[in-house]
Amino acid sequence: MIAIFAVLDGFDLGVGIIHLLVARTDAERRVLLQSIGPVWDGNEVWLLAGGGTLFFAFPAAYASGFSGFYLPLMIVLWLLILRGIAVEFRNHIASPVWTAFWDVVFAGASALLALCFGAALGNVMRGVPLDANESFFLPLWTNFRIGPDPGILDWFTITLGFASVAALTMHGALWVAMKTRGELQTRAQHVASPAWTIVVLLTVALLIIVPLTLPRFALRYADRPWGLIFPVAALGGLAGVKVLSRAGRDPAAFLCSCVYVLTMLAAAAFGHYPYLLPAISGAQSGLTIYSASTSSYGLRIGLLWFIPGLALAGSYFLFAYRGVAERLDTKT
Amino acid sequence: MDALTVDRIHFAFTATFHYLFPQLTMGLALLIVVLKTLAIRTRDEHYDEAARFWGRIFGINFVLGVVTGIPMEFQFGTNWSAFSKAAGGVIGQTLAMEGVFSFFLESTFLGAFLFGEKQLGPRLHWLAAFLVFLGSWISGFFIIATNAWMQHPVGFALNNDGTFRLTSLAALLTNPWAIWQFLHNMMGAMVTSAVAMAALGAFYLLIHQFEEFGRTFARLGVIAGLIASLLMVFPTGDRQGRNIARYQPVALAAMEGLFEDQRGAPLAIIGQPNVGARKLDNPIVVPDVLSFLTYRRWKAEVQGLLEFPSDQWPDNIPLLYYAYHIMAGLGTIFIAVFAVAGWLLYRGRLYDTPLMLWALMLLAPFPYIATTAGWMTAELGRQPWLVYGLMRTEVGSSTRVSVGNGLFTLIGFMGMYAALSVLFLFLIYLEIQRGPGGAEHSGPQAALAAAD
Repeated sequence: MIAIFAVLDGFDLGVGIIHLLVARTDAERRVLLQSIGPVWDGNEVWLLAGGGTLFFAFPAAYASGFSGFYLPLMIVLWLLILRGIAVEFRNHIASPVWTAFWDVVFAGASALLALCFGAALGNVMRGVPLDANESFFLPLWTNFRIGPDPGILDWFTITLGFASVAALTMHGALWVAMKTRGELQTRAQHVASPAWTIVVLLTVALLIIVPLTLPRFALRYADRPWGLIFPVAALGGLAGVKVLSRAGRDPAAFLCSCVYVLTMLAAAAFGHYPYLLPAISGAQSGLTIYSASTSSYGLRIGLLWFIPGLALAGSYFLFAYRGVAERLDTKT
Repeated sequence: MDALTVDRIHFAFTATFHYLFPQLTMGLALLIVVLKTLAIRTRDEHYDEAARFWGRIFGINFVLGVVTGIPMEFQFGTNWSAFSKAAGGVIGQTLAMEGVFSFFLESTFLGAFLFGEKQLGPRLHWLAAFLVFLGSWISGFFIIATNAWMQHPVGFALNNDGTFRLTSLAALLTNPWAIWQFLHNMMGAMVTSAVAMAALGAFYLLIHQFEEFGRTFARLGVIAGLIASLLMVFPTGDRQGRNIARYQPVALAAMEGLFEDQRGAPLAIIGQPNVGARKLDNPIVVPDVLSFLTYRRWKAEVQGLLEFPSDQWPDNIPLLYYAYHIMAGLGTIFIAVFAVAGWLLYRGRLYDTPLMLWALMLLAPFPYIATTAGWMTAELGRQPWLVYGLMRTEVGSSTRVSVGNGLFTLIGFMGMYAALSVLFLFLIYLEIQRGPGGAEHSGPQAALAAAD
């Protein structure tokens, strides 16, 4: 669920990040928004559905995590509010001041959200200081080190935050390149190319840093080497992005980018398993999918409606995406 | 101020502000389906234009409903983590079901409805409107089912560690409390949207602009409002009241300001509850009516507050009492106004009776007050419990979130929502001024049309 959110909302966040960079005129910006317009709030729904699923399947992790990450979550909520109204209200008044204002809000909130989601993943991977009640409260930052007294922002989570911004920038630029023609497409490709270089550097750095700083990950991969397929596939996806966008095959390049985002998250999830929220200090080892899950009846009945429900949602989605399937440009 | 108070105000404030938007969209969704149906039946472009206009109003409301709704789902975890941990296995189900079954439906087909009229053609466009309506009502149902479990828990068992586990999803979804609360709530939403439509119609008629649309809006608003305001009292309000009498008798006593146990209990029309003196000051009452309404017997016994230990009384009896009386009083006024307007409509004199048009126009804010008071009645009546009879409110909040942090984010939300309110009113004002009709709009459709 979170992975689907990352792939889908990932590109519309990315579109937001490059919004000011790629599209210079009002007409161009409208085309960009049009490319995500019919789908962005559907994409965001995956985040809500993910939150709801965490709530019913792992109530203990939901309760502990959401209250512990109180401050950053509130910031994320405010950013989501700003971003949502920026997309929707921008075109209500045709005034250069009005649209320019919302364009900046949209781009700023998108970039900050990408940073926040990366940092959030970093926090969950690193672990938190759980108390005897399985609760914690993290300040926004302490000494920027992964010590016994961590903050939301430390060097590790910030690195992940930037990696997330870079990856989603690339992802969004590839989406725009696929969806548009002419100058917009060229400019999007010009953004995607340096973003790709940064993503490669950060990905390689992360693949080295994570097992070194979080021995849990190293042990898990040593124990089950087949898991290495995920990071390898991620690198393969990156290579594919480069080769295919050089060859001018934008849809395939975007698909490779999806593979990259998915397998990077899968790699993190594989290394993280079975933890949901590991403890960084104290007597507890942390919340695992066993200790935090709800009753087996709840899980079983949940799956029973969840699968048909998602199939239904998927069918609406195909319907909506078919609507934006054609390429857009400022002239047509 | 302690952390618990901050958490309670935090939720109350964000929930109250949030609900200002869905109550209009849920009702409006049905009215738009009615307009689209009329358009197909009569083949009259007029109704399509009316549906497009209300679609734009709907769109603005929907966006604010979505962005203010996201914090609600997160707040269970951020500010009420002990409650979430205990009850997440149960209420997480309904909340996740809302996401899966309703949000996707609603958001996808709203996009299709607003942007796809040309591609879809009249029948599929009607279907899109209908699916938006369906999605919004399903969404309402799951939220009410969640609340209903807190009001009257069913389908669960207690674990050894004090948490709840779900034992029957069917029981959770067919909770008798949920059914009547849902219908009562939806009728409230219908009244809100009917009043909004009638009020705007009256406004257009009074300023002599868009008069043809003004007449349509006033007519449809008055008919829908009359039906919904009657259904809101009977059977939905009545059955909801009897559920309260049955499952939360202490809340009923507090709502009515009834301290002493009484046979042939009176219905208090006006009066001020004096909790210190254990009595209702300056009351104007109608004898025996409360007994009749509750048990259908004029001399039936109704339990007073003093029958219950005071640690089980709702913790703010005067506020509960006033909220309930404001809701019930306004509901009565709605029926009266719509009855007169309906009679004038029947006699063909509605559109040229300025006094009636003024009354309809000025009615616009009152459904919002009534629904807010109604929800305050439900939520204050539930106190001092989070999960009725099982988990007290004071043990449910997040232990590690300090007063200062809670207050900081509460004030942050207040500031953010104040800005949203200004923005909302401004955009709605623009839409009302542009009005319905064939003129070029610079709304989202026009923007896309320009980009096409």
